[in-house]
Amino acid sequence: MSELKMKILELLKEDARRSADLIATMLDVTAEEVKQAIAEMEQDHVIVKYATVANWSKVDDEKVTALIEVQITPERGRGFEGIAERIYLYPEVKSVYLMSGAYDLLVEVEGKNLKEVASFVSNRLSPIDAVLSTKTFFILKKYKQDGIIFEEHESDHRLPISP
Amino acid sequence: MIKDEEMQLNTTVRRASMADYLAPGARSMKPSGIRRFFDLAAGRKDIITLGVGEPDFVTPWHVREACVYSLEMGKTQYTSNAGMPELREEIGQYLYNQFDVAYDPAQEILVTVGGSEAIDLALRALITPGDEILVPEPCYISYSPITSLSGGVPVGIETFAEDQFKLKAESLKAAITPRSKVLVVCYPSNPTGGIMTYEDWLPIAKVIEENDLIVISDEIYAELTYGSKHVSLASLPGMKDRTILVSGFSKAFAMTGWRMGYACAHPDIISAMLKIHQYTVMCAPIMGQVAALEALRNGLEEKDRMVEAYNQRRRLIVHGFREIGLECHEPQGAFYAFPSVKATGLSSEEFSTRLLNEASVAAVPGDVFGSGGEGHLRCSYATSVNQLTEAIDRIGKFVDKLRTG
Repeated sequence: MSELKMKILELLKEDARRSADLIATMLDVTAEEVKQAIAEMEQDHVIVKYATVANWSKVDDEKVTALIEVQITPERGRGFEGIAERIYLYPEVKSVYLMSGAYDLLVEVEGKNLKEVASFVSNRLSPIDAVLSTKTFFILKKYKQDGIIFEEHESDHRLPISP
Repeated sequence: MIKDEEMQLNTTVRRASMADYLAPGARSMKPSGIRRFFDLAAGRKDIITLGVGEPDFVTPWHVREACVYSLEMGKTQYTSNAGMPELREEIGQYLYNQFDVAYDPAQEILVTVGGSEAIDLALRALITPGDEILVPEPCYISYSPITSLSGGVPVGIETFAEDQFKLKAESLKAAITPRSKVLVVCYPSNPTGGIMTYEDWLPIAKVIEENDLIVISDEIYAELTYGSKHVSLASLPGMKDRTILVSGFSKAFAMTGWRMGYACAHPDIISAMLKIHQYTVMCAPIMGQVAALEALRNGLEEKDRMVEAYNQRRRLIVHGFREIGLECHEPQGAFYAFPSVKATGLSSEEFSTRLLNEASVAAVPGDVFGSGGEGHLRCSYATSVNQLTEAIDRIGKFVDKLRTG
């Protein structure tokens, strides 16, 4: 991918609401070039979505998130793809990764409460034939996600004027 | 016996006030113009400040962590006066790799308490009372006062926006007298953001040579150049022995509060500076030295990321000033823009005071940096993109208001 696209991606990752004009000024190119590059990346699904990183623990109805280690038997011809799909299509599943090491899939599940997540594991996930075992870990607190620190302390300690 | 003592008391001249105890040099020293502005801005929560002369990044975590670990290990002693040998070694290697200048860590490198101490040591080691010290202006605020303290005579050389505030050989020549001894340069420049390329230095080097000058080259912003790599004066033919290279970790590695700097020069010069250094501060703090070592060994990538971020903000602020209609030369180094506010009819001082009071943006009036600074404003873009955008917006509205009266 071009260097320009990389730089645009980095700037959008910091703040997805930055305008093409602002990015163009920061990178010393025209706004048209920026718009074109962004359009191409959207087309190619390099940019998948512009989403908000929210700190849900600040919202009243608190959610419960669990990471589940899943061991599965791969299918002949399709490997892990089919099973992974059967799992990630559930809306309560927020992310699914194929992992190296002691288990195969790492599944992030979100629910309104503990019971809901437990019920997902026992009624949806475990009954899948290929699933051999699951281990569920509940997340107690998020400190940092996607490079973003959730509760950053006031960061500018500098004097307002210095030589 | 008693009689004698009384006699002596009677002949002692009493000082009328505490100030009378002060040395003339300390008494006549002017407080920094920045200080006055600081008092105006201090304590105001609503302001956006473009007045800060330091990075907005916190020292990278791996550097801070290295220092914490060294404290846990009990590294709390003096180091050798010149600084830890491995740090000097690493500084030598770094300067060679980055700027193509070779210094012997054993004899030609001295670790100091910030670049500021290095400047002080160099001036004190060189000045005989009456010597003239040439200082291109606008420039960092400390050179002239320290010169005067040693009995030297600072001689300002004005530089101009139309030359991108570069030092020109003609102006240098015009300022030279038989008493001229030292030239103090700071490129990339605080406050103008101006730089000197190899071609810019060549004619200057010739004048230095012809007039047997020695140069203190403050290269603290060397890592912060945009578009072209920094050229150290010491890397020019014949200039190494005539140059005292001063630099440090503050700007490149976001380590201002650590006060870590260094000086590189001919062994005769360094050993004189080392004597003053050992009697005044003994050695730079070991915690800072350990951190500096980590920064040099593992911090160069992080530094490149910071430079890229400054570059993006630089374009933003320059573009912003030009849109507003304030002339702004393209700063190619450091993290300052130095726009002209002459179009508004206000002096630097008036403009920045009113900007602070009426638009809640702090920036430093250019006149505090010496001749050539009047009519300009030093704006640091070492601040977040959102703050910069907001500051430019406020300045724009303020200037519009001035125009419509």
